[in-house]
Amino acid sequence: MTSIFRSRYAVGIGFLVAAVLLFAVAPAVLTTFRLGLLGKYLCYAMVAVGIGLAWGRGGMLTLGQGVFFGIGAYLMAMHLKLADAGPGAVPDFMALISSEGVPWWWEPFRSGTVTIIAILVLPTLLAVLLGQATFRRKVRGAYFAILSQALAAAFAILLIGNPVATGGSTGLNNFKGFFGFSLRDPANRQMLYFIAAAALLVMVLVARQLMVSRFGELLVACRDGEERVRFLGYDPATVKTVAFAVAAMMAGVGGALFVPIVGIISPNDVGVVPSIGLLIGVAIGGRTTLAGPVLGAIAVAWAETSLSEQFPSGWTYVQGLMFMLVVAFLPGGLASLVKWRRTAKADPPPPPAAEKDLTPEPAGGAQA
Amino acid sequence: MNTDYLELTGLTVSFDGFVAVDGVNLSVLKGDLRFLIGPNGAGKTTLIDAVSGLVQATGRAEFAGKDLLGLKVHRIARLGVGRTFQTATVFEELTVLQNLDIAAGAGRSPWTLLRKRSGVPAAVEEAMETVGLTALADTQAGILAHGQKQWLEIGMLLVQDARLLMLDEPVAGMSAEEKDETGRLLQRICADRTVVVVEHDMDFMRSFAKSVTVLHAGKVLSEGSVAEVQADPKVQEVYLGPGHHTAEEAAIVLGEGA
Ligand SMILES: Nc1ncnc2c1ncn2[C@@H]1O[C@H](COP(=O)(O)OP(=O)(O)OP(=O)(O)O)[C@@H](O)[C@H]1O
Ligand SMILES: [Mg+2]
Repeated sequence: MTSIFRSRYAVGIGFLVAAVLLFAVAPAVLTTFRLGLLGKYLCYAMVAVGIGLAWGRGGMLTLGQGVFFGIGAYLMAMHLKLADAGPGAVPDFMALISSEGVPWWWEPFRSGTVTIIAILVLPTLLAVLLGQATFRRKVRGAYFAILSQALAAAFAILLIGNPVATGGSTGLNNFKGFFGFSLRDPANRQMLYFIAAAALLVMVLVARQLMVSRFGELLVACRDGEERVRFLGYDPATVKTVAFAVAAMMAGVGGALFVPIVGIISPNDVGVVPSIGLLIGVAIGGRTTLAGPVLGAIAVAWAETSLSEQFPSGWTYVQGLMFMLVVAFLPGGLASLVKWRRTAKADPPPPPAAEKDLTPEPAGGAQA
Repeated sequence: MNTDYLELTGLTVSFDGFVAVDGVNLSVLKGDLRFLIGPNGAGKTTLIDAVSGLVQATGRAEFAGKDLLGLKVHRIARLGVGRTFQTATVFEELTVLQNLDIAAGAGRSPWTLLRKRSGVPAAVEEAMETVGLTALADTQAGILAHGQKQWLEIGMLLVQDARLLMLDEPVAGMSAEEKDETGRLLQRICADRTVVVVEHDMDFMRSFAKSVTVLHAGKVLSEGSVAEVQADPKVQEVYLGPGHHTAEEAAIVLGEGA
C-alpha cells in the first residue's frame, strides 16, 4: 500500500515541478532563442511520450515515428505557407519552380480548422491502418521494427521526389505567421513555447492515465505474452493498435508544433535517422516509465545541440555509443538507476507481505 | 446448460503430411474430469491446440453445440474455452491480482478499460480464494513458485469463466503436496465444468481421474475408467512393449490396480 501512495505522491509532485519549471522558470531565465530551442525539444518529447507507450509498454519497437511527426509537421507547414501567401495565392517556393499553381490536395489546408483536424486525424488513422495490417498478421519484434523503418525511409524519399508539392529536400520554411500571429514577434514565439509545454503536459497526463488503467495492464500483458492474451479472449492486435495510434497522434501534434517553433521542416527531420534519434532518447531515459522518455528525449536533443555546435560530425557517433551502452548495461534506461536507489533505501526490514517492495518493479509499478 | 459438453468427431491435424491427430472421436460431459494420457508425441497437446484454435484441424470440434474449428483463438476463448500450456505462462511482470483481473475482462467496454481498477472484482476475489492465492494478490507473478504459477493459471481460467478447461500437464514439476492440492482443486472445479487434463503422472491420474482416454499415434487407443484402461492389453502394449505382461509389470508403469 505504501508504495502506491508513494508513487501517487511522487507523480503529482513531479508533475507540479515540471509545470513550474516549464511555465515559470524557463521563460524567466532563458533568452528567446534558447526558449525556442527548448520548445523544439518539447516537440521531440511529445513523440517520446508516444514511443514510451508503444515501445516501453506495448513492446512495439517503432523506428518510424518520424512518419507521423512528419505528417503533422507538413500539414502545419502547408497551412502556414498558404496562409502566408494569402487567399487564393500560390506559396512563394511553389511559384518559383512551377507555374501549375497549388496542387488540389493542398487546397483544403487553406483552412486552419481543416488543418488542425487533419493533424489530429491523419497520423492516427494511418497508424490504425498500419496496426491492423501488421498486428493482425502477427508481424512483431524485429520485423515490425524493420517495417516501420522502411516506412520512414519511403516517406522521406516521397517528400524529396516531389519538390513542387513538398519543397523537396529543402523542405518548407520561411514562415511568417501562425494563425494570424506574426512569428517575428518574440511575444508570439513565447506563446508558441507555452502551447508546446501545455501540449506536452497534457500528453504526459494521457499517458499516465493509459498506464495505470486496465488498458495499461492489458498492454503490458500483450507485450509479455501476446499468445496468452489471445487465449483469454482478447484480440491483442486491437490493444496494440490503440497504443500505436495514440503514439502516432502524439507524434503528429509534436510535428505540427515543431514547424512554427523551429521555422523549417525538411525530409532530414522525418526520415530514418531522426526516427532513430527519437527512440534513443526514450531508451536512455527509460522506456517503461512515464518521465523517462520525456527527460531522455529532452536531454539527448539538448546534448545534440550543444555537442554539434562544437563537433559538427561527432554527434552521430556519440549518439550511437550512448545507445549501445544503455542497451548493453542499462536496459531499463537511466530511470532504473533512480529505482535502484529508491529500492535500496526502502523501508527497514519489510514484513513478508511487503515482499514486492524488495523486487524491482520493471513495468507494473513504474510510474516514477 | 446440459449442452455444455465437448464433442470431437473425426478430429484430424496434419503437419505437412504428418498426421499428429488422426480422426479422434471423443466426448467429455460436464462434471467429468477426463484425463488424456499417452506416450510422448501421441498428439495430446496437438489435440488441445486444435480445439483452442492454435492449429488448423479438420473434422468437428463442438462445444456447447458450436463448432469451434476455423474460429480465431480469441473467439473460441470467448465461447468459454480455456486452456493452459505445458510451461506455465502467466504475465510475469504483473501481480497475481492484475493477472486475474485481465483474465476476467475480455468482455469489458472500452470505457471500463480506460479507467483504473477500483477494488477487486468479485469473480477475481473468489478465484483467488479457490486457488489459494489470496495472500499473494499483490505479488508479482514472475516470482511465484512453479506450483503457484500453475494455480494462478487455473485461477485465470476460472475468472475467464471458462466452461471447458483443458490443462496441459498441470502437475509436471510439482511436489507431492502441490500435486494433491492441485488434484483437489480440480475435483472442486470440475463439478459444473468440463475438464480435460493431459498428464504423464500416473499416480496423479489414478488418484483424481474420473475417466481416461488413451491416445497413441494420434488415435484413441482406449477409453474408460482408470481400472478399465489400466487393464486394457492394448494400453499395456503401448506403455510396456508387445507381449504378455504380468500385473506387477503393469503396476510399475501404469500404477497399482492394473
Ligand atoms: N507444429 C508442428 N509441426 C510439425 N510437427 C508437430 C508440430 N507440433 C507437434 N508436432 C508433432 O506432432 C506429434 C504430436 O505432438 P504433441 O506435442 O501433440 O505430443 P504430446 O502427446 O503432447 O507429447 P508430450 O507428451 O511429449 O507432450 C509429435 O510427433 C510432434 O513432433
Ligand atoms: Mg504435450
